[in-house]
Amino acid sequence: MSIWIVLLLGGALTFAMRFSFIYLFGRTEIPDSLRRALRYVPPAVLSAIVFPELLMHSGRLDVSLGNDRALAGAFAVLVALVTRNMLATIAAGMAALILIQLVM
Amino acid sequence: MSDALADRGRRRPALGAGSRAEFLAGVRAELPLLVGVFPFGLIYGLLAIRAGIGPAAAQGMSSIVFAGSAQFLAAQLLHEVAPPAVIVLTIAVVNLRHMLYSASVSPYVQHLSMRWKALLAYLLTDEAYAVVITRYQRVRDHASAHWFYLGAGLALWSTWQLSTALGVFVGAELPAAWPLDFALPLTFIAIVVPALRDRASVAGSLTAGIAALVAFRFPYGLGLIAAAFVGIAAGVALERKR
Repeated sequence: MSIWIVLLLGGALTFAMRFSFIYLFGRTEIPDSLRRALRYVPPAVLSAIVFPELLMHSGRLDVSLGNDRALAGAFAVLVALVTRNMLATIAAGMAALILIQLVM
Repeated sequence: MSDALADRGRRRPALGAGSRAEFLAGVRAELPLLVGVFPFGLIYGLLAIRAGIGPAAAQGMSSIVFAGSAQFLAAQLLHEVAPPAVIVLTIAVVNLRHMLYSASVSPYVQHLSMRWKALLAYLLTDEAYAVVITRYQRVRDHASAHWFYLGAGLALWSTWQLSTALGVFVGAELPAAWPLDFALPLTFIAIVVPALRDRASVAGSLTAGIAALVAFRFPYGLGLIAAAFVGIAAGVALERKR
């Protein structure tokens, strides 16, 4: 049941933020410093998820060549840089992980 | 789909030819983005099921929260049994950028009723914003542009619901041995890397990532939020230096 409370609260907050300045128009302005800071939210949050996913192995930092997820993730970063295509990136990273796991 | 809309338009004289054309133009403008959104929703549905969220809640999240990255994150945190307050807080932080979009479209929707404003706010996603703001900035006449916005927003909304449902359905069928959970970090890499356009955002991204490794043992999943703020601070600091 608590999952639905999480969804309702998360949804309400998301809607509040989407509605915020449409509603407040003319009454308040978004400060320039906040506007600049908000630009960095997506890359910061998403990187903060990706790094541990790739580099933490059962609670320990693992930067060795034996870390299959880190290798496959690095390959996906390269593919993302070259193609800028979401599907290609996911497919390449997935294929890399499966291949590495077969070889090792 | 266009026939059905045309039919509805004929039966309701209040929906003028201009609004109908605008609505369809909005749907058309959104189409190229839907090619990327559909697999994204499919993967979300798959992962949500794999994370142990039931089909109803997985689909419910797509219609209640209706925000891609936040939903992936929430699925991950629900899987890790993070405290509910941390999950809600994380959803809020990831969705902060919508305040920017809200500020950006606000001058163009001021002539509308509160009901319209609320509906359009609900439909204000990354992908709808990208298309709608281009239309507002390119064309001077905004009188019926809200129909364009509605067309683009609803096209995205239906695609998101449909692809989630398909992912939920397929997710229950796939063998558990497939390393599908890896699609989540891969999805985030696919979102972040193309968006790193300058040194400040690269620095913000790397700093947040390293901070997340350092803060890995923070309780209640707070390491993620702490690392995100460190990354945001790094990006802002580097931008100011120039």
